[in-house]
Amino acid sequence: MAEQNILTYLPVLPSGELVGSAAELLGAAAQLGTPVGVIVTSPGAAEDAARAAGELGAAAVYVAEHEAVGTTLTEPAVNVFSTVWETTQPEALLVPNDIDGRDLAARLSVRTRSPIASDAVGVHRDEEGIVAHHSVYGSAFTTESATTHGALIITLREGAVDHRGQAVTPQIHRVELGELTGPAAAITGFEASVEASTRPDLRGAATVVSGGRGLGSAEGFALAEQLADALGAGLGASRAAVDAGYAPHSLQVGQTGVTVAPDLYIALGISGAVQHLAGMQTAKTVVAINKDPEAPIFDIADLGIVGDAFEVVPQLIETLQARNS
Amino acid sequence: MKIAVLVKEVPDSYGERRLNLTTGLADREASDKVLDEITSRAVEAAVSHAESADGVEVALVSMGPESAEATLRKTLAMGADSAHHVLDSALAGADMTLTAEVLAGVLQRIGCDLVIAGDVSSDGTGGVIPTMVAERMGAAHATSLDTLSITDSTVAGERAAYGGTVTVEAQLPAVVSVTERLPDARFPGFKGIMAAKKKPLETYTLADLGIDAEADVPRSIMLSVTESPARTAGEKITDEGDAGKRLAEYLTEKKLV
Ligand SMILES: Cc1cc2nc3c(=O)[nH]c(=O)nc-3n(C[C@H](O)[C@H](O)[C@H](O)COP(=O)(O)OP(=O)(O)OC[C@H]3O[C@@H](n4cnc5c(N)ncnc54)[C@H](O)[C@@H]3O)c2cc1C
Ligand SMILES: Cc1cc2nc3c(=O)[nH]c(=O)nc-3n(C[C@H](O)[C@H](O)[C@H](O)COP(=O)(O)OP(=O)(O)OC[C@H]3O[C@@H](n4cnc5c(N)ncnc54)[C@H](O)[C@@H]3O)c2cc1C
Repeated sequence: MAEQNILTYLPVLPSGELVGSAAELLGAAAQLGTPVGVIVTSPGAAEDAARAAGELGAAAVYVAEHEAVGTTLTEPAVNVFSTVWETTQPEALLVPNDIDGRDLAARLSVRTRSPIASDAVGVHRDEEGIVAHHSVYGSAFTTESATTHGALIITLREGAVDHRGQAVTPQIHRVELGELTGPAAAITGFEASVEASTRPDLRGAATVVSGGRGLGSAEGFALAEQLADALGAGLGASRAAVDAGYAPHSLQVGQTGVTVAPDLYIALGISGAVQHLAGMQTAKTVVAINKDPEAPIFDIADLGIVGDAFEVVPQLIETLQARNS
Repeated sequence: MKIAVLVKEVPDSYGERRLNLTTGLADREASDKVLDEITSRAVEAAVSHAESADGVEVALVSMGPESAEATLRKTLAMGADSAHHVLDSALAGADMTLTAEVLAGVLQRIGCDLVIAGDVSSDGTGGVIPTMVAERMGAAHATSLDTLSITDSTVAGERAAYGGTVTVEAQLPAVVSVTERLPDARFPGFKGIMAAKKKPLETYTLADLGIDAEADVPRSIMLSVTESPARTAGEKITDEGDAGKRLAEYLTEKKLV
């Protein structure tokens, strides 16, 4: 039997680069069948993006370029995917579990009558088909799910899959955008994010340093940034720190933020509320620095330090720097 | 204008949340049940719009077990006008496909111009129901909005996009979902609580909506459930002026730096 087509949604950044999740989407697709990339973008960006997809393992790439991508929400992508779906008869579609990925998954699920396996952290195939792995209730339980029959749409948690595809020269197919008929929201403005951070993305970073309300102010939060930079780590924050305006929402770790599973997680001035733990308790090693000896974060920390972060962290950075020079 | 708010009852995340290891279903006895915080923000958005504009009616819509009725009653006290509850034993363990079909079914039955939902629920964490409902209703969607503005004929807001933020706007009818950037819910006052007792709360079965939970359509099924081992506390030290150095040693020893 020929290998089944596994479609992946590969969003493109304004810079023309593929979004970071492309590598893991194609990696996961390679574990299941023939990875097929689909790129729907504003005119000009598709060729380079398609080649980049090949380097990440896409055997075939379907590309569509159209102005509507920048002016109409979701519908252009749904339109192109409906066409590619007909042509490729996929066994599964993998999308990033982000806002745009979920909207696409939702519309296609209803149109193609395919169920959704949501927030998957891994995939495999058994005799009966594709199985998605999930980590639910703040990682307290692990589950596996599948579809009763037909194709499965999977929203893949960012940073969760390590497998990578093999570089190939992809077959590139152009797809025309059909007439947009369904009602859709208009995109009336775009503002590029200012921070061109050189830090590794929080999702998928080997080390994450997070700061909480205990850092006291936006200036105090710089302590977490300094430690993150000293360690080459991704930066995170608690919801209280985000609510207080110390850090942008995109850095929030926890139940209603990002879920991370790094090798090392360092929590500074974070109490350890259950909703925060939900986003980080599968880290391999947890270090917590907190003034309050009773803080619940110590219950799950491999090394807990009862102390003032503003004293402990500078000394840590100094010691590490002295060692490295 | 009629605004429907999709509200969901969930196990309280402050308490223990469990899955039944045999059936894979949420263990409803294990936890206290609360209105999902994000849906309380959706209610707040609807009710505060109703206060600022003329002729706006707010209906709460929920699919959930019997206990959801008490949660709906409590939520009515925030200032909504009516509540609509789909209650049917065939819905235990419903997947997203069925949930979206049911919610779109009630929404079409009661009729509305705007649907406001939460972006992602705290238990299922799918984040797809609002757009699935929009597709079934033939309406536009504008999901995960960090800001929200409503007029008689449009709804608009900002949301995260690849490499920035976009502003989106949809003509009504539309389905939107909001993020926790929106204001927290109000505490209902005594007057609100008293008034809620007399507000209409209707219950629907699947038969009422003409939906067959057993229809032979593809469904998501759970194959296995395993409980992860709980994390335990390791070493705890108190800073005596050298904790930074000791931490450096610890990280170096464990090859973490
Ligand atoms: C539905 C829902 C969803 C939620 N989702 C999330 C989520 O995704 N992520 C999240 O983080 N939270 C979430 N929360 C909020 C959560 O319950 C907590 O309120 C939040 O995590 C607290 O953040 P914090 O630890 O920074 O602040 P606090 O609890 O205020 O803790 C601050 C800590 O800093 C310590 N401290 C103070 N000064 C110092 C110092 N100089 N040095 C060292 N330590 C110091 C204090 O001892 C204290 O323990 C959610 C809540 C709900 C209800
Ligand atoms: C741990 C867990 C994992 C699950 N995994 C899957 C899976 O992989 N695939 C699958 O098909 N199903 C899954 N389910 C079932 C799914 O969660 C339910 O069908 C649920 O009713 C809808 O999904 P959600 O809560 O993730 O919704 P989301 O899409 O996250 O909810 C967003 C918003 O939609 C509205 N909404 C959602 N549900 C309701 C409701 N019942 N009543 C009123 N408004 C509502 C609310 O406004 C909510 O804020 C899972 C359930 C659990 C508990």
